[in-house]
Amino acid sequence: MIQNVTSLEMPVDEEFRIVKNHMTRGKGKRICIVTGTHGDELEGQFVCYLIAKMVSENKQKLNGTVDIYPALNPLGIDTMQRGVPAFDIDMNRIFPGNSRGSMIEKVAHDIYTDLSGADLVVDIHSSNIFLREVPQVRISEMTASTLVPYAKMMGIDFIWIHQAATVLESTLAHSLNSTGTPCIVAELAVGGRISHSMCQRLVDGIQNIMYNMGIWSEQPDPSKIGESIVCEGADPVAFINAQTSGVFITDIHNDMNVSKGQSIGQIISPLTGKVLSEVTSPCDGFLFTIRAYPIVYEGSLLGRIYKDTTY
Amino acid sequence: MPSPYRDDFRIKAYTFGEGEKTLCIVGSMRGDEMQQQYVASRMVAILKAAEEDGHIANNVSITVIPCVNPSSINIEKRFWALDGTDINRMFPGYDQGETTQRIAAGLFEFIKDFKFGIQLASYYLPGNFLPHVRMIHTGFEDIDDSRLFGFPYIAIRQPEPFDTVLLNYNWQIWETQAFSLYAGTTDVIDHEMADISIDAICRFMLKKGFTNSSIRSSISKGGNININVDVDDPTVITQDNLISIQAPHAGLFLLNCTPGQEVKKGDILARIMHPYEGVEISCIKAPCDGIIFFARNKSITFQNTLLFRIIIANSEQ
Repeated sequence: MIQNVTSLEMPVDEEFRIVKNHMTRGKGKRICIVTGTHGDELEGQFVCYLIAKMVSENKQKLNGTVDIYPALNPLGIDTMQRGVPAFDIDMNRIFPGNSRGSMIEKVAHDIYTDLSGADLVVDIHSSNIFLREVPQVRISEMTASTLVPYAKMMGIDFIWIHQAATVLESTLAHSLNSTGTPCIVAELAVGGRISHSMCQRLVDGIQNIMYNMGIWSEQPDPSKIGESIVCEGADPVAFINAQTSGVFITDIHNDMNVSKGQSIGQIISPLTGKVLSEVTSPCDGFLFTIRAYPIVYEGSLLGRIYKDTTY
Repeated sequence: MPSPYRDDFRIKAYTFGEGEKTLCIVGSMRGDEMQQQYVASRMVAILKAAEEDGHIANNVSITVIPCVNPSSINIEKRFWALDGTDINRMFPGYDQGETTQRIAAGLFEFIKDFKFGIQLASYYLPGNFLPHVRMIHTGFEDIDDSRLFGFPYIAIRQPEPFDTVLLNYNWQIWETQAFSLYAGTTDVIDHEMADISIDAICRFMLKKGFTNSSIRSSISKGGNININVDVDDPTVITQDNLISIQAPHAGLFLLNCTPGQEVKKGDILARIMHPYEGVEISCIKAPCDGIIFFARNKSITFQNTLLFRIIIANSEQ
């Protein structure tokens, strides 16, 4: 059943709506799949489609509730803008919102309220148009004990347990986790595109979580649920930033092991035909992020490496 | 910093006087901060003349950075154009981080040791303010010094999580007495509000002894804006003595008042009109006696959008 989470008037003959697909049967637990917080991240659209299709066509396997929220920032997705158009604001920096606040603050509040109390929320992101990520779950160290078991059920490639940052307290995940609703953040692939295979893997992982929570009676093929690399500890990730501005060229992909000194790519000058900067790995490890958008300024992030090689 | 295809990115600073790093004035940081750019540029001209006339005090140096982000202002984008990040959400910065983190780090390294800092700030929602000084409550803020600007109102607010990455917040944490000065408008230049703001900065510098005579030949009397300037005992306003008015409906927004205007309960502040049928959908009236502190300046409004903030009359303690 399609339901309105919130609706507000727009100035000229248009209603702003956040909608969800509410699918329920039996008295089991409730899982929420949310995505579309950033308008340039599209992988979650295909994941929502696949889960909605799976549940709606196999309702007899459901014991509980699956709520699908494909677009927390519908204006952004509709216009290929990361933030909320007209407000120039990052939707994931205003939670838990404010019922008496401005339009977007009220929208955030209504979303947060609607999700609160779920047994699990899966918040799907797909990096941005600049970076390509291996499928991963990001978890604040404060919530690791609750969320890592879910992440492992997902069988996702990489689990990044990171330090808490005050500025991230305004995210949907933090707002939910700090008030008793477990929320796990999945990141995969690159903005502006849809990778069918990565989306299918995430769907398999979510199905496995649903099976383990008793919401879904069919277990996915166990061979599809892999082992995760768990990235934790003090300073576990090396960042590679551009040493100069130019055009970043690379032949390698993420999801691979690299050695210290190994070439990651080059920053070149189209004008002079010169290589401006050689980009090499600062350490041995697992390259889980690589830059997808070639134009770089000094400082632009080019890659991230998990420094541990013992997994 | 070189750009891939454009001219190099540069931040210029103008320093007047010699000696201790005393006061730093930071102008526009976002690409739409035209008023902030204008006020900062006027301060450069005023301080240059003051220095030539020997009016900068001994062992005092005053630095003005008119524009932190010429790359964005030149293409009329509010944020860093390549990735949409906001330099004012990157402090204290990180010199090995991403581009705007590096810009913030480079700027902060240069300005963090000043005793006093003034940022010409703008608000995240479109609208005009009564010119005022704003401080984030960190425990390090100095309300007494903020009175020296002579504005009738000083705004104090509790920090939210996202405030911890602002320049003002980090300046305070690094023990600079930091003030955010709201010069009325953002994306359009308003001469009168600019003059009021420039006078306030000059007044602050004189009362702190950074300049040894009044360096402005004509101090504004407020002009058409109903604002008392050079107030000795300004009112400190917090959320408790402000009332917010939001749009009950979306539509075309016809503004009927200006910041600084005194209003009585029931006065009509704005009308919201049906965009097709030309009839009034909603009449926005003042819910109390007070003074308009903030007014939306766009011609449309969404439902629930903040339209006004009013300083409640008789709440001045």
